[in-house]
Amino acid sequence: MSSGSEVISSYSSSSSSSSIMAESVIQEMPPAMCLEKPSVDFSYVGIDAILEQMRRKAMKQGFELNIMVVGQSGLGKSTLMNTLFKSKVSRKSFLGTAEEKIPKTIEIKSISHDVEEKGVRMKLTVIDTPGFGDQINNENCWQPIMKFINDQYEQYLQEEINIDRKKRIPDSRVHCCIYFIPPTGHCLRPLDVEFMRRLSKVVNIVPVIAKADTLTLEERDFFKKKIREELRANGIDVYPQKEFDEDAEDRTINEKIREMIPFAVVGSDQEYQVNGRRLLGRKTKWGTIEVENIAHCEFAYLRDLLIRTHMQNIKDITSSIHYEMYRVRRLNENNTQANGLGDHHPASHEI
Amino acid sequence: MQERTMAATEIARQAGEGARAVPLSGHVGFDSMPDQLVNKSVNHGFCFNILCVGETGLGKSTLMDTLFNTKFEGEPTQHNQPGVQLKSNTYELQESNVRLKLTMVNTVGFGDQINKEDSYKSIVEFIDAQFEAYLQEELKIKRTLHSYHDTRIHACLYFIAPTGHSLKSLDLVTMKKLDSKVNIIPIIAKSDAISKSELAKFKIKITSELVSNGVQIYQFPTDDETVAEINSTMNGHLPFAVVGSTEEVKIGNKMVRARQYPWGTVQVENENHCDFVKLREMLIRVNMEDLREQTHTRHYELYRRCKLEEMGFKDTDPDSKPFSLQETYEAKRNEFMGELQKKEEEMRQMFVQRVKEKEAELKEAEKELHEKFDRLKKLHQDEKKKLEDKKKSLDDELNGFKQKKTAAELLQSQAQQAGSSATLKKDKERKKPQTITMQEIMCASVCAFH
Repeated sequence: MSSGSEVISSYSSSSSSSSIMAESVIQEMPPAMCLEKPSVDFSYVGIDAILEQMRRKAMKQGFELNIMVVGQSGLGKSTLMNTLFKSKVSRKSFLGTAEEKIPKTIEIKSISHDVEEKGVRMKLTVIDTPGFGDQINNENCWQPIMKFINDQYEQYLQEEINIDRKKRIPDSRVHCCIYFIPPTGHCLRPLDVEFMRRLSKVVNIVPVIAKADTLTLEERDFFKKKIREELRANGIDVYPQKEFDEDAEDRTINEKIREMIPFAVVGSDQEYQVNGRRLLGRKTKWGTIEVENIAHCEFAYLRDLLIRTHMQNIKDITSSIHYEMYRVRRLNENNTQANGLGDHHPASHEI
Repeated sequence: MQERTMAATEIARQAGEGARAVPLSGHVGFDSMPDQLVNKSVNHGFCFNILCVGETGLGKSTLMDTLFNTKFEGEPTQHNQPGVQLKSNTYELQESNVRLKLTMVNTVGFGDQINKEDSYKSIVEFIDAQFEAYLQEELKIKRTLHSYHDTRIHACLYFIAPTGHSLKSLDLVTMKKLDSKVNIIPIIAKSDAISKSELAKFKIKITSELVSNGVQIYQFPTDDETVAEINSTMNGHLPFAVVGSTEEVKIGNKMVRARQYPWGTVQVENENHCDFVKLREMLIRVNMEDLREQTHTRHYELYRRCKLEEMGFKDTDPDSKPFSLQETYEAKRNEFMGELQKKEEEMRQMFVQRVKEKEAELKEAEKELHEKFDRLKKLHQDEKKKLEDKKKSLDDELNGFKQKKTAAELLQSQAQQAGSSATLKKDKERKKPQTITMQEIMCASVCAFH
């Protein structure tokens, strides 16, 4: 409780109306007239206690996060997930097998975990897409993924439209899709471009360079620059999207991030002894790669972006932009259907 | 090892019912989530809407000024309002880094009318209108919910007059109408008019009356351990007996807000004097978020459900669900248009009918007139004929006479000639007795006749 905090108020003009909606106009009062400072402070009202109330509520309710990982098999997706969340959250760990056949078609496998840290509970759902990009003919391999994402939006929409609806609608919408780019060092492949082009319109995409320990620093920088150019040339907007920056402060922070994507990451869930400390890393004959060392790889940046700083923002963009876009499209579609004008099949939202 | 392949939906469902708890082997960092959430809200700002219901002169505006420690606008309202109006003002308050958009709605003229039967109606309508506005925004196709200025009433402070006896029937009726629409916090206004012992009895009486009439007032939540204790104690102190004042009085060596009387000073922030501090604590410092949440998840949902059911929507089977809103809306609209058209058709028919009838009437009249005309004409002709006949007969008579006349004249002239000769003869025969011959008589009569 800070004594000396004051409640500064600005007046609005009152309008009395016998009609039902009373209008109120908010005007800022000129600062000169603002306050006669009370001679003694008893002016603490306690409005800022609402922050504490919100925090309490959030802790009680817990959070939900749904992350999808997309990439060819063998790029270290599961390992990266385990490293990110410092626990065995990947599909492979859940199913208990390290080896498996590459599936003939793309499957979507979703696994949920309850994790808790310092009193904060989170329901983390990792959505895996085994089989993506593994076939000989990979045409339309993004379709099942698009469908899955849209199905989650649909599920949420259905619940929201209900007359008798739940207090908290369970949120299964995909908040973030991590796309793994194989470390060729040259440029994006047509599959990468196609996938990211289509999916960046419905979900937040975070591209990462997988297994980046095969690239030297110069190769890495070159690769990244090339990728950024290609993304720009194809009009692909990855997270953090430029158009959703809210203010100048956001823009500065996000510009820095945009200059670093895609993050070159290395994943590992094994600890090694380095300089007297136990660190996550990959041990090779020529040295040990420390996963959380930013001189070695950019895993820490990715983790900070996804979890420590931008998690709420990712969820907000999903719910207020991607979901709303889906909703608008869907409701308009049905309008034309009802009027007999369109001939759309609701399931196809292909772009 | 055999791989267990499960369908994605199976896994998801399994996980949904209590996903497996996974221990973390290191610091991940999502414990910053509450902070991220709070930061976002701070950037966004908060809004809180209070409705003050109570008779004129109970100190509503003063209490608001005292609560938020600001002089809000306004002169006291007159007592001669014809009906209850709701006046709403929005203010932007800031304390440290928290920006609050506070809206205060006042009932103007409540309890001043002679007939107070409809007093509660404008209040209920106002509250419903705020819900309706939110519902409309939510149902829009292109909506901006996260930047929508929420005007739904989060808390309703009901001011009870400090009679010391019991609730007025107006109070009971109004509170009963409002309890399912808004969080009601009853407070005893101007409680420095009641002595301590009377106050205790008054509070008990009020609470028992509320309970016996089934009025649901807002209960401070007791499910979160951090605040359960204080909230449950406070629940027992309802209704709060408050005193409001913006004047400062020097007590000891401090300036405090108080009301000064010849017999003593009532200090607003002294817990022994009144419950102001409790009210502020509960309303603002502990439960503001809960009030907002209850409004959204309970009162608003109830309104929404009733409104949608009233409009005829139902939760039908999953297949037709998504657009039951759109479809049913379209169907309703078509139904309505159909009805309109039918009515229009009916009216047109009636009109045509009437016109026909009138036409027939007019035709009848026309026919009658024609007949009359014909009759008259005939009569006329008959008369004319008669007259002509008469005229003819008269003419004939006239001709006859004329003929006779000419004949007679001719005879006369003949007779005269014969007479002159006869006179000669007569002279001769004068000596003789004249014998008047028949001829002479005839001549004479003819002459006489002439």
